Amino acid sequence: MNKNRFFFEHYGLAERDLERYLAAALSAGGDYADLYFEYLSSTSLMVDESMVKSASQGISAGCGVRVVSGERTGYAYTDDLSAERILRAASTAALIASAPAKTTVAGFRQKSARSLYPVTLPSVDAEITAKVELVMRADKAARAYDPRIKEVRASYADELRNILVVGSDGTFAEDSQPLARVNVSCIAKTEGNSARGGSGGGGRVALDFFFGDKTPEFFAQEAARQAVLQLDAREAPAGDMEVVLGPGWPGVLLHEAVGHGLEADFNRKKTSAFAGLIGKRVASEKCTVVDNGTMPWRRGSLNVDDEGEPTQETVLIEKGILKGYLSDKLSARLMGISDTGNGRRESYEHIPMPRMTNTYMLAGEDSPEDIIRSVKHGVYAVNFGGGQVDITNGKFVFSASEAYMIENGKITAPIKGATLIGNGPDVLTRVSMVGNDLKLDEGVGTCGKDGQAVPVGVGIPTIKIDRLTVGGTARKDPGGFMQ
Amino acid sequence: MPPTQVETRSPKIETDLRDLAQDIVRRAMKGGATAAECVVREGDEFSTLVRLGQVETLKESGSKSIGVRVFFGQRAASTYSSDFSSKGLDRMLKSALQLAKITSEDPFGGIPEASQLGSLSGDLDLYHEDVYSLPGPQRIDYARRAEKASLDFDPRIKNSEGGSFDAATGHKVLANSHGFVGEYRRSYCSVAAVPIAQTEDGAMQRDYWFSVARTLKKLEAPEHVGKVAAERTLRRLGARKVKTAHVPVIFDPMVSSSIIEHIFEGVNGDSVYRGASFLAGKLGQKIAGDNVNVIDDGTMPGGFGSSPFDGEGVPTRRTVVVDNGVLKSYLLNTYTAKKLSLHTTGNASRGLAGTPGIGPGNYFLVPGGKTPKQLISEVKDGLYVTEFLGHGANLVTGDYSRGASGLWISGGEFVYPVEEITVAGNLKEMFFNISEIANDLEFRGAVAAPTIRLDGLTVGGA
Repeated sequence: MNKNRFFFEHYGLAERDLERYLAAALSAGGDYADLYFEYLSSTSLMVDESMVKSASQGISAGCGVRVVSGERTGYAYTDDLSAERILRAASTAALIASAPAKTTVAGFRQKSARSLYPVTLPSVDAEITAKVELVMRADKAARAYDPRIKEVRASYADELRNILVVGSDGTFAEDSQPLARVNVSCIAKTEGNSARGGSGGGGRVALDFFFGDKTPEFFAQEAARQAVLQLDAREAPAGDMEVVLGPGWPGVLLHEAVGHGLEADFNRKKTSAFAGLIGKRVASEKCTVVDNGTMPWRRGSLNVDDEGEPTQETVLIEKGILKGYLSDKLSARLMGISDTGNGRRESYEHIPMPRMTNTYMLAGEDSPEDIIRSVKHGVYAVNFGGGQVDITNGKFVFSASEAYMIENGKITAPIKGATLIGNGPDVLTRVSMVGNDLKLDEGVGTCGKDGQAVPVGVGIPTIKIDRLTVGGTARKDPGGFMQ
Repeated sequence: MPPTQVETRSPKIETDLRDLAQDIVRRAMKGGATAAECVVREGDEFSTLVRLGQVETLKESGSKSIGVRVFFGQRAASTYSSDFSSKGLDRMLKSALQLAKITSEDPFGGIPEASQLGSLSGDLDLYHEDVYSLPGPQRIDYARRAEKASLDFDPRIKNSEGGSFDAATGHKVLANSHGFVGEYRRSYCSVAAVPIAQTEDGAMQRDYWFSVARTLKKLEAPEHVGKVAAERTLRRLGARKVKTAHVPVIFDPMVSSSIIEHIFEGVNGDSVYRGASFLAGKLGQKIAGDNVNVIDDGTMPGGFGSSPFDGEGVPTRRTVVVDNGVLKSYLLNTYTAKKLSLHTTGNASRGLAGTPGIGPGNYFLVPGGKTPKQLISEVKDGLYVTEFLGHGANLVTGDYSRGASGLWISGGEFVYPVEEITVAGNLKEMFFNISEIANDLEFRGAVAAPTIRLDGLTVGGA
């Protein structure tokens, strides 16, 4: 399949049609209008009890029409790509505008964009039997890991999203966005005790990715390891203490604690705890945090965002100082800041808004061993479920799924899952050590905002936070922890 | 300026979705399937958000989609499409029939027995066209009035994420190769306000309130919604952290429903047969205190979780899940029922693709006799939780740890707001420690619970 000109070839679109639709969208006035065409095909497979219990494929296609007038947005969509239906959506979206028409649409220009995921054969078009083999291998490897692994569920999902974005400012962008992942979840059981473990990974990759380093066995063994480990976990402590985060997925801390709060829409409306803090210290000088949509093959990466703007690397925090926000077109225009290429949407049914791509902290100079050694009494958290933030008061949580006690500089017993809670605008000011071992997550993250889910990435080196609240159940005694 | 005119809804294009669904099933059988099931869904949505008095977004659209599930003996596969052209439907069918070749023989696979299928008779009161009856400007006015009421309530309400009005209708048709065909429509409308309050030192708090109904007639006045949103937001101002403590915890109805949702997840047949639930194997045993009664009822007229049949065409019903603390029933679809040698409880939920899952009807904790006020007045020192952050419940082990905010109770009264704390325990014990259940059950969704008091939890703080 030719990735370019997808909608022109499959739906007989021509540039003059696009101009006509945009003109209809702006027929009642407005500053800007755009069209987002999407054609999404997807596959999913699930193995449970060593059987392929579920296989599904599907196609969803449509077009969203947006009209922006000042701070107002009108939006309508259609799953029928006929001229009549798109024009009807355009006139519905146009109802938001009430000024005399002033914008004309003439000609499009395509900005040069990267090619971050040049797959030769998108996985949706690959042989289904090869995908079945992947999940069956995952199942087998998890069961072989340890006799205590009793239940295994392995799944595979991929999609190919073809998009075309055109705007009344001449924006013209096409992209073909692959996405694939393998997930494994395991339950380990002993007499009277059960625990779960989970792992997975992928990215904007073709099927061959899973035949490289990151095989189904890799994810299966990781899931099984976590489940078996959790069988022996003891109660987690409760209260404020030193916390060390391991590298990779614990970067979800950054996503929740600072990332969302720096999305431009919240700051334009001054509803974020970070509003007005540009140029101020929000982290220790060891912390530099970026959002980078340009990393090849990554789950959170995009050649162009869902408004047709090329993605970029944006510095959010530099040596502890708040530098910038993540912006889409609307916020960029209203705030007079540059568009960072972070305008994203779940599908043609959704209005774009500022979203993260891959958000991570740059590596520091401390060795991970020194970081652990420096802790007298604290928690070492290496794997997390998800997190959540209230951007207005800045409070965020993230839930550890694999964690250990650190006692006198040594990692000791595994502890049960616990929620960690903190305050976004100051948690990073207590980061006293930053490791030299930056790692990104394996590629399974999905972020939700206003009911819209988009794939994202996170990353972090090993870091030490001098004080964070750990939400366990163990009763504290003055000398340490009771067993 | 608001738009002066909003298009009134154009009449629906009457495609006969019933015929379409039955035709797809027939064609799947002709293609060699031994059983087939087709679902067609169409829906319309309208939403508007007004912020600081100005319309910020206006969205109006409709869409439809179709999904088919086929069986070849005991191999299953499913496909879906948003393309209703004959080419699109052909492709959907063809890929389903092909895909079924690569799945495994599952001895428990299949659609329900013919004798299990059916649709509740009578009007469940789920659909009211009036959700779309307001002219455009009045819909926007609903959103505006809700926001204005919150902004005008108190000078400390200084900002807002806006007021909103949403309306939606959905139409669902299900047909299968046993000759079942059923359909229903549902409607929905809501009005909400999300004010932001600020103290003199600049610290902000946000909260919200909403009203939701299947008909405009039952929607609360926007002014009331805005006022409650303002009160809920103001009471969070000046929140502080507390020291780690073991105290009674009272859950506001907005969060107590999440506690009984964990029982739902625990009795979900899918996690039960996998042994992935802290309630697996506990049928007939005590899992909660004598005062705990939990019911799932998909047949309640007007209910947010009501429907005449479930995702597989089985009539919905009323199931007692927990009776005086004893686990009486799991919640099951056809597959999980067969796995557990039980009968389906009519709780199948079906998306467009994949195997059916399990979803609640109207699922609730039966209320007790005391008022919420009495519950609070009986607490000497404790926490009143109004909001959770994060999802820290492990259904396998029962370990429970969530971020929370709320109000501190001292001497039976609220004394100050608290935040940045955690609430932790274990679900296996928590349901025995529900020491009080108040009388204020109110449905704002498919899952509901009154105010409850739990003892034995750890409140994590400084």
